Amino acid sequence: MFELLGIPPQALFGQLLLGLINGSFYALLSLGLAVIFGLLNIINFSHGAQYMMGAFVAWMGLTYLGIPYWGALVVVPLVVGASGVVIERLMISRLYHLDHLYGLLLTFGLALIIQGLFRNGFGVSGLPYSIPSQLSGGQNLGFMFLPNYRAWVVVASLLVCFGTWFAIERTRLGAYLRAATENPTLVGAFGINVPRMITLTYGFGVALAAFAGVLAAPIYSVNPNMGADLIIVVFAVVVIGGMGSILGAILTGFGLGIVEGLTKVFYPEASSVAIFVIMAIVLLVKPAGLFGRTA
Amino acid sequence: MSVTTQTTYTSASQAMPIGTPRHHIIIFAVLLGLLLIAPFLLYPVFIMKILCFALFASALNLLLGFGGLLSFGHAAFFGSASYVTAHAAKVWGLTPEVSILLGTGSAAILGLLIGALAIRRQGIYFAMVTLAFAQMVFFFALQAPFTGGEDGIQAVPRGNLFGVLSLADDRTLYFVVLAIVFGGLLAIYRIIHSPFGQVLKAIRDNEPRSISLGYKVNRYKLAVFVMSAALAGLAGSTKSLVFQLASLTDVYWTMSGEVVLMTLLGGMGTIFGPFVGAAVIVTMQNYFASFGAWVTVLQGTIFVISVLLFREGIVGVLSKWIKKPL
Amino acid sequence: MNFKTTTLAGLAAMLMTGSAMAVDVKLGVLNDRSGIYADLSGEGSVVAARMAIEDFDAASKGINVEVISADHQNKPDVASTIARQWYDEEGVDAIVDVPTSSAALAVSEITREKGKIFLNSGAASTDLTGAQCAPGTAHWTYDTYALANGTGRAMVESGYKNWYFLTADYAFGHSLEANTSKVVEETGGSVVGSVRHPFPGTDFSSFLLQAQASGADVIGLANAGGDTVNSIKQAAEFGITQAGQALAGLLIFITDVHALGLETAQGLVLTEAFYWDLNDDTREWSARFSEEMGGSKPTMVHAGVYSAVTHYLKGVEATDSKETEAVMDWMKSNPSQDQVFGEGSLREDGRHLHDMYLFQVKSPAESEGDWDYYKLLSTIPADVAFMPLEDGGCALVE
Repeated sequence: MFELLGIPPQALFGQLLLGLINGSFYALLSLGLAVIFGLLNIINFSHGAQYMMGAFVAWMGLTYLGIPYWGALVVVPLVVGASGVVIERLMISRLYHLDHLYGLLLTFGLALIIQGLFRNGFGVSGLPYSIPSQLSGGQNLGFMFLPNYRAWVVVASLLVCFGTWFAIERTRLGAYLRAATENPTLVGAFGINVPRMITLTYGFGVALAAFAGVLAAPIYSVNPNMGADLIIVVFAVVVIGGMGSILGAILTGFGLGIVEGLTKVFYPEASSVAIFVIMAIVLLVKPAGLFGRTA
Repeated sequence: MSVTTQTTYTSASQAMPIGTPRHHIIIFAVLLGLLLIAPFLLYPVFIMKILCFALFASALNLLLGFGGLLSFGHAAFFGSASYVTAHAAKVWGLTPEVSILLGTGSAAILGLLIGALAIRRQGIYFAMVTLAFAQMVFFFALQAPFTGGEDGIQAVPRGNLFGVLSLADDRTLYFVVLAIVFGGLLAIYRIIHSPFGQVLKAIRDNEPRSISLGYKVNRYKLAVFVMSAALAGLAGSTKSLVFQLASLTDVYWTMSGEVVLMTLLGGMGTIFGPFVGAAVIVTMQNYFASFGAWVTVLQGTIFVISVLLFREGIVGVLSKWIKKPL
Repeated sequence: MNFKTTTLAGLAAMLMTGSAMAVDVKLGVLNDRSGIYADLSGEGSVVAARMAIEDFDAASKGINVEVISADHQNKPDVASTIARQWYDEEGVDAIVDVPTSSAALAVSEITREKGKIFLNSGAASTDLTGAQCAPGTAHWTYDTYALANGTGRAMVESGYKNWYFLTADYAFGHSLEANTSKVVEETGGSVVGSVRHPFPGTDFSSFLLQAQASGADVIGLANAGGDTVNSIKQAAEFGITQAGQALAGLLIFITDVHALGLETAQGLVLTEAFYWDLNDDTREWSARFSEEMGGSKPTMVHAGVYSAVTHYLKGVEATDSKETEAVMDWMKSNPSQDQVFGEGSLREDGRHLHDMYLFQVKSPAESEGDWDYYKLLSTIPADVAFMPLEDGGCALVE
């Protein structure tokens, strides 16, 4: 049996696969951030809080209304996305003429409010949310036991990421969006309602975060702080990817999940720092990020 | 994507003149007078906390309000300085002034390292990069053996100033802290009103133009970043002697957010704004502590209101009323 | 920092008593009211303290007790600020509860400096009565040694000899791992490896797989709160327990089990100082507690607050003073007796000794209703449950 740096290959495959699963969450979240940033030029600091909302709304749907997991996957992103639309209309839209930093500060404040409210309402111990019965159990892959649910997370994330990429880069609607980013006045002159498009885009980005939250609910504890630290990792992912392209956000998300998975085997203590170290290196070598176009 | 750095800080509405206007001298004098009486009327530790955060917020304001750079990772400097000072005073048994100098110095070096990387990006990227680096510092503080992990460094001796004057008494310490903080505030005031400060404001208002005028913009940015980091470190060092404690809270990213809030609420780009902001937020935290998570909600709400309706901050609004820069 | 104030005795009570002098005592319940330990300490500890005052009938004995409370957010800096202010400005005589070792150690230091009394129930660190022990500090409910000793010994003795640790990478996790390793090796088991996970973590699957690959009999969870809950959840998901490895939770409270649900938590072995369903006394006390707390059952931390305050008040009554030295001397030289812990004693170094219990979490089928979670495996007698006096290294002990 050959070994790689003292790690048996089975273990290595297992860790790579787990990295890919974690990468699915990074990809979904950084994709949402990238979409919002692309059109609104707003760094959505409340993204982590909205991810947490996704998990909580799924839990509430199940507990109070009996909406099962599969229903939640559809309903929750719509509900949370709608809350995003309200936030954009009431608050964020007032800031477009100002420096982008105000958008960051506003959404930071919103994140504090959302987290505080959920902490008051539900405590912090975490709430249980079961894996849907269709996806319980798992497959023995020989080198590891892969829970069905984790496999589903990867598939769902890939589908949504690809779908979003396709919609933005390959469809007419996407072309309008991209054009509006470059020159909103001109696109407006063609009779397209740019403000509405912007509002819906924010809603969509938030819905992506909520979708990730529903995916996370059965495997991570549903608690008000679940998004608080994740958001900073996702920021780093976004800086590394370089906000230039949707594809960049997706690839970097998955890629960094895998890198993080590997550090958990070779140097577990450093696994939470690995992403930030990579970020520092990328900034030194390629300040615009791996996929970003130079400013 | 083109990242435009159109900087439209509303706060700099009243241009800062060169030289020292008389009303600034008066305000400084009144402030000093009040602070000299304060420890006899109020709980000294509480005012010392306000003082430390006032210096911290003013340091951030130097970078944000006058350099146009939003750092979301200033807790890294505040916290690492507080750890170094605590370690120096407790383990090495150094006197308070040496410990504080060591803490401030290490914050400056850290500022040089992080700043050199961070100024490669602008605007929100800059904010995110500083945040990410601060998170690295946090993990370091969590795991390094000398920081005591989540226990922090506790029971830090306040020691004897210059080896002679015991600082164990709250009031004695208070006047030392007052001297440090006031010195820091005056230093910031000097920096803002120096030729260096003028170039800084020029860069903030129009970077391409400053470049075309031949200024080495990045050097100016790095210099102000290091100064701001060092002053934040000074605040952190002082804080660790006041509370005899250096802990993870000092390096966590919520601390970075809190100090931005203080600056924003008080009025960024003003001289006295950060002081007012720090006083309001610290008082609020102190008196609402029993409401638990509602404090977070309240802070968030203040953030949102400040951004939406009140971008000049408290002092910015006052400054507009009296039509004089404050 | 002066909030919920409950004056429990008025002038009328004073006039009615035969006691010579009225003593005014102010207790400060300082704990987590918004963070991860809010459920296991929080308001419940305030309720427990008040119950102790009422049951003791302090008013009729000429002791006016006032209780104030505050949220330390699990941060040592917030805790020390409040403690300082309480002692300096509010005239607090004793601080009660204080979960989270870092906050507890900070409060203990300030208590030492100000010469007051600190009755800790919520924190885990053995340092409180060891290297950093203080004359006014009593550590009431549990500590890392007691937990490691209870769970570690019991697991090894029932055949789980090879251990692998999943350790939160910070001081608390390290000390829990070290304590347990020692017990495991002393009782004839062995430690085959450990992995340190970042704190706080969300995804433990990778570490759990490493634990699985080690082939150990049991995975020791040297972490706390949300980390433990997540580790257990994910261990169930990855079929770790189904594949034959056992999980040992080294710091789990009944509220954690409540959050996990029995489906996930079943089979877990853990050590606690208190369970509501132990005997008639605990059931009666817990029922009263539940009534005030909207149905939830007390944790061992709540019980510890009750026990500690009861013993403290007896000390105040007996010495007719609230002088730290006099009261602490009395408390240390007289046995404690109360409804929740039964008999106990306070050791020289400040460690309170009482029986500890080893429980196993019931399966959903075994459970007969809400909060029916544990079955008792064994009782660990007070004299062996805690770290021997000479091992602690407390300077108060000659």
